[in-house]
Amino acid sequence: MIGFLIQRVLQALMVVIAMSIIVFLGVYAIGNPIDVMIDPASDQALREALIQRYGFDRPLFEQYFIFMNNMLHGDLGESFIYRLPVLNLILSRLPATLELALTAMLIATCLGIPLGLWAGYKPDSLSAKAIMGFSVLGFSVPSFWVGLLLIMVFAVELGWLPSGGRGPTTEVLGMNLSITSLEGWSYILLPAFNLALFKLGLLIRLTRAGTVEVMSSDYVRFARAQGLSEGKVVSLHVLKNISIPIVTVFGLELGSTLAFAVVTETVFNWPGMGKLIIDSITVLDRPVMVAYLILVVFLFVMINLVVDLIYGQLDPRIRVKAAS
Amino acid sequence: MSGAVLRVNNLQTQFQTRGGVLKAVDGVSFEVGRGRILGLVGESGSGKSVTGYSILGLIEPPGKVAGGEVLLNGKDITRLKGDAMRQVRGAQIAMVFQDPMMTLNPVLKIGTQMIAAVRAHDKVSRKVARSRARDALAKVGIPSPEERLDAYPHQLSGGMRQRVAIAIALLHSPAVIIADEPTTALDVSIQGQILAEVRRLADETGTAFVWVTHDLAVVSSLADDICVMYAGRVVESGPAADVIASPRHPYTAGLLASVPAEHEPGTKLPQVPGSTPSLANLPQGCAFAPRCAKAGPACTTTPPVQHFEDGRTALCHYPIEPVSCQPLSLTSTTYRSAS
Ligand SMILES: Nc1ncnc2c1ncn2[C@@H]1O[C@H](COP(=O)(O)OP(=O)(O)O)[C@@H](O)[C@H]1O
Ligand code: SF4
Ligand SMILES: [Mg+2]
Repeated sequence: MIGFLIQRVLQALMVVIAMSIIVFLGVYAIGNPIDVMIDPASDQALREALIQRYGFDRPLFEQYFIFMNNMLHGDLGESFIYRLPVLNLILSRLPATLELALTAMLIATCLGIPLGLWAGYKPDSLSAKAIMGFSVLGFSVPSFWVGLLLIMVFAVELGWLPSGGRGPTTEVLGMNLSITSLEGWSYILLPAFNLALFKLGLLIRLTRAGTVEVMSSDYVRFARAQGLSEGKVVSLHVLKNISIPIVTVFGLELGSTLAFAVVTETVFNWPGMGKLIIDSITVLDRPVMVAYLILVVFLFVMINLVVDLIYGQLDPRIRVKAAS
Repeated sequence: MSGAVLRVNNLQTQFQTRGGVLKAVDGVSFEVGRGRILGLVGESGSGKSVTGYSILGLIEPPGKVAGGEVLLNGKDITRLKGDAMRQVRGAQIAMVFQDPMMTLNPVLKIGTQMIAAVRAHDKVSRKVARSRARDALAKVGIPSPEERLDAYPHQLSGGMRQRVAIAIALLHSPAVIIADEPTTALDVSIQGQILAEVRRLADETGTAFVWVTHDLAVVSSLADDICVMYAGRVVESGPAADVIASPRHPYTAGLLASVPAEHEPGTKLPQVPGSTPSLANLPQGCAFAPRCAKAGPACTTTPPVQHFEDGRTALCHYPIEPVSCQPLSLTSTTYRSAS
């Protein structure tokens, strides 16, 4: 188990390093940040001074090593625009995105698994077909369009919920959260549902496929031959077996939701990380982009690591392979 | 034999398919007494498994039990619905399946699966259920049963897993256990151990077994009675020793001729010519006719059930004459009780 852990952590480290190079090169290739930082009318001397100060005159690999060295010391640079440490900037936006993403995952899980179970348990029923139809909509209709539709119906027409923004926040464990109040929930509901839709569709299909497979297995037939009730068959055999693919998707989707809630955050004017990165790209705020992308990579790698560890817990066969 | 624990009468199970109705089980009848072992024999596709599933009410759409009775201690259980049938399954009739790799859930501990099986019928604490599971494992000859409860299926050998399945079947001391080719996937020595164990269980506990197999050697060494199935019908039945010594149905004779033990080594084994017919287009009259050496003019009409001495039957127009000299048995070992 320890060996397995070390191996996975080393792998994760390699991924982070490789990605940091790719991100650094990729971002370096786009535009000259000096042009956006200073007034086009300013003179050549100021220009030179700034280039020197940020080290843009040095060779690329040197810039990379300086960047990496700083990063290891917790310094991801300073935003060209906000003139603030990038890390603080991003972390100040993290709680908003975190609560949005987690609420979306919660909605997707609480609806998706029961619906998928039902659709897989009675695959020929009319309700199952309706559920599957809905799941196709879930991941084929563009997210921004659904977002606008939700605003139109629930905010504009019915006036039940606010059309955008984030509710009042209170500080919990050093994070500013809005889901602590009822008013906060009224703000988060629409964007969270919007963000959940794709995952909901995915979870329904995944749960259904797993359920169909398990229900037709020999061990379910054997369980029925033992006189287990249908409820017990589902709660014991089906849930345990489908938990493996669900944890995978949950992990992957949590990462991508945190990183790329961009569209929803833009449509609902949600002050999260997604909005920050979009704004930074528009103004070529290079340190923010680089730091953000590396943070995202780190996030993905960490989530994958946790998912792998949970796997071992869920599937004894994986544990054996890892041990040998 | 009026003391039959399980009596199957004219059982009909059909599958609705695009090509029409498949009669997978077409009028099967047999009975098993307390502590007796019935061998249900036939080539693959002859309807043995479907018979077993039908008895337990485990046929799912597009299939259905279309007729007949399954009498358990005289009570017809084919009419039981929902929870009433669930209470019979596992408690009064249990079933063991062919592939021990597939019948246990790979991600659940043996103990978890056995405890669920105990508690399906008896509302006892987990602790009590666990100790009953342990006792059941010991009963089928599994060493250090306590540790096995914490093992996952993949940590046990095929033979051990099949013993676990049998232990699960035994948990509620059912009157009947239907074993669907339980030793087919195992090697011969393990198979021998399990057969001996089953014989002992039948004798000691009085459990009746329906032992499904395509292997006549197994039946000859284990079963008291035998039922030969072909294309969803019973074509021959009777006491196992008699049927093997002197088959009356041409199909049984063909099956026996292809068993290695009776055959001289080094020469080619005779096979029953042709192959199992598709249920979708069975020949008119006797389903075996295209493969039968004895087929005559009458065979285009449905053969009658012929009754012979000792309660033997054969579904044939021209049954084979009985042989008087007693030929050798199929295997040197026998697990049949001396009765
Ligand atoms: N789910 C099903 N749908 C359609 N036909 C089936 C189904 N299950 C079994 N059958 C039919 O029943 C026949 C007998 O099957 P089975 O009882 O499994 O044979 P055996 O166990 O003797 O090898 C098969 O040949 C097949 O045509
Ligand atoms: S009825 Fe005719 S074809 Fe069928 S087994 Fe008997 S002899 Fe052969
Ligand atoms: Mg079978």
